[in-house]
Amino acid sequence: MSFITRGFTGRSRERDDRLPPGQTLVHDFPVLSAGPTPEVDTADWEFTIRTEHGGRRWSWDEFMQLEIEDVTTDIHCVTHWSKLGTNWRGVSLDTLFAEVETEYDYVMAHSYGGYTTNVPLEELLGGRAWVAFEFDGEPLDPEHGGPARLLVPHLYFWKSAKWVRGLELMPTDDPGFWEQNGYHLHGDPWKEERYW
Amino acid sequence: MQHFDGNLLAGPLAEVFAFDPTTARARCNGCGAVAELATALVYRSGAGSVARCRGCGAVLLSLVEGDGRRFVNFTGTGAIEITTAGRDDA
Repeated sequence: MSFITRGFTGRSRERDDRLPPGQTLVHDFPVLSAGPTPEVDTADWEFTIRTEHGGRRWSWDEFMQLEIEDVTTDIHCVTHWSKLGTNWRGVSLDTLFAEVETEYDYVMAHSYGGYTTNVPLEELLGGRAWVAFEFDGEPLDPEHGGPARLLVPHLYFWKSAKWVRGLELMPTDDPGFWEQNGYHLHGDPWKEERYW
Repeated sequence: MQHFDGNLLAGPLAEVFAFDPTTARARCNGCGAVAELATALVYRSGAGSVARCRGCGAVLLSLVEGDGRRFVNFTGTGAIEITTAGRDDA
């Protein structure tokens, strides 16, 4: 419908084209949680990737020895808010999966506190996902998922599991916590994949 | 044994689902405690509400509302006891 110009939309202000449909820009950082905030000391923290062959485990100190990336990205919550240009530091999942072999195509992320969420493996690779431990130059606050959370910004933010402790490879795309309870198995904000 | 389709449940379940959830008692699948749902710890956000057992913290149920729909999952709840006061069918 390219023949319709912006003047015919009736909008008084031009919409930011970085905002997916149905989203509103916010400048604070709302907190959403399905349970109490786990207190995880980095001395006790560990991150595992479990596969059909076994897996790989990192302590916090080992994790900090990996290649750390600065990430600036937009984030989109299924509850209709988006934040643009947020700044994170973390380890790319490409780095982590370089040490892992699997034939499985799907991943269940597991968090301290019991939360789970499912993501196809290929959507965690190719520079699109990180385990992030800093936000805006500061250690990630526990209420935002510290010491470390998954960061998968091209999907709705419930997929960016707070307090992440590991990834489990799966042969099928089994649903995680919110995905069992009404939310979409995939969660692409540009397709408004909010619910079943 | 003969079986029927789900329509057979329409009457009794319509009565059951009209219960007052604050006074109904439910069994936690996590620890086995039986308690009134009103005693659960509820974590509410824009994403939905999650009720957890006051004893062990396990999820009893979740409620998601959006897109003109409601999704209820009694995922961690065993039997729910609903008082049928004044109705002794036994």
